[in-house]
Amino acid sequence: MLKYTFDWSIVTSGKYFEWLVSGLKVTLELSVVGIVCAFILGLLIAVLKMSHYRPVRWIATAYLEFFRNTPLLVQIFFWYFGSYKVLPAAVNEWLNSTNFEFAAAAIALTIYTSAFIAEDIRSGILSIPKEQMEAARSAGFSYLRSMQYIILPQAVRITIPPLVNQFLNLAKNSSLAMSIGVMELTYQARQVESYTFKGFEAFTAATVVYLGLSVVITALMDLYNKKVLNPQRA
Amino acid sequence: MIKFEGVHKWFKKLHVLNGIDLHVKQGEVVVVCGPSGSGKSTLIRTINQLEPIEEGTLVVDGMDLRSKKTDLNKLRAEVGFVFQQFNLYPHLSVIDNITLAPIKIRKTSKKEAQEQAMELLERVGLAVKRDAYPTQLSGGQQQRVAIARALAMKPRIMLFDEPTSALDPEMIGEVLAVMQDLASTGMTMVCVTHEMGFAREVSDRVVFMDHGVILEEAQPEEFFRNPQHDRAKQFLKQLLSPMH
Repeated sequence: MLKYTFDWSIVTSGKYFEWLVSGLKVTLELSVVGIVCAFILGLLIAVLKMSHYRPVRWIATAYLEFFRNTPLLVQIFFWYFGSYKVLPAAVNEWLNSTNFEFAAAAIALTIYTSAFIAEDIRSGILSIPKEQMEAARSAGFSYLRSMQYIILPQAVRITIPPLVNQFLNLAKNSSLAMSIGVMELTYQARQVESYTFKGFEAFTAATVVYLGLSVVITALMDLYNKKVLNPQRA
Repeated sequence: MIKFEGVHKWFKKLHVLNGIDLHVKQGEVVVVCGPSGSGKSTLIRTINQLEPIEEGTLVVDGMDLRSKKTDLNKLRAEVGFVFQQFNLYPHLSVIDNITLAPIKIRKTSKKEAQEQAMELLERVGLAVKRDAYPTQLSGGQQQRVAIARALAMKPRIMLFDEPTSALDPEMIGEVLAVMQDLASTGMTMVCVTHEMGFAREVSDRVVFMDHGVILEEAQPEEFFRNPQHDRAKQFLKQLLSPMH
């Protein structure tokens, strides 16, 4: 028979509850920073990958293949344990004075996810009829301005569903940051478990919070799509 | 205003423009016609360099299009282009379609650009559609917005690439009326079209092309009454009575 006694109070109040809340804060910070930066970087890489200049395309392709095809955990370790060995002393000094664990995790998450986002946006761009680019160029817009004002706004609309997936992946993948000591939600749940041996409660709480976070991201994107991007359909 | 001299262009091995000489003067309305595949669309698309040329000289509004010093974006801002398929920006409302380029390229203030856009919309009879989106408009309405969008840049030349070919018959008239109105203001216009009524009444000159060559250039009356070239005779006969 089951000998385990559930004690949900540890995750709903008191010290351990506060640990989980502080973990959630860090997870939120990581997710927001990651989503914003990964989106911007992804846009940039998508445009570079479609450049007329072959070397630029090569660089973008190398970036995509490299970061899409290596494990995120390895990338996190690389930024955290590897990068400082080759950085100038002054940079390292500055990094140590900041929250380096957080920075390394944010950089890894951003770069890793931007590669996927770039591919999604690129397929969105390719789905826009080439006549739109012709119309923009005919009006006197440069290639980049045409992208900015005419092609990308349309491509991003089409890309929303796959983008939501990437944003959700990023939020969930932020749990890997615990491996370098970032005190985010999973790290804190693990701490609670170590102190209380209440692993079921601790990780159930973490699971519920991640689920809630995902639902919120999805709902926000849905709202953005309906209210901002497609006002004519509202 | 527009001067072609010995212009050649190839698509891979296909010789689409084969030694074009054409001179369009300021304020002139020139209609280019010819059977499909004759190179007439390519010809008009070279004028704003949507299609680059491989040989010859092409000077538009004083700018040599083959010179490295020519800023193509600047040239295109001076040349309005109207497409067969309208190509409005579907994510923008009618008014935003018209004001985007004046605001971003000409650096016109938003207020001024909107006032100008409303004047243009009045002119093409679509002021009530200012906040509509392109998908909510008929083909004829979209094309009139597209013309207003091109005019908003205050171009010195207007190019029309089969502007009525994608329209239902009852909508052709409304677009041609806008073009006729524009011609009466002294705009330099080059139109690729099969609308022979428009060619006859509005144009100053008709250019007939086939296989990348200009076969005939004449005043409209003369062209319709007494075409010189056999291909032109055949083309007109088919156009006027397609059943035979």
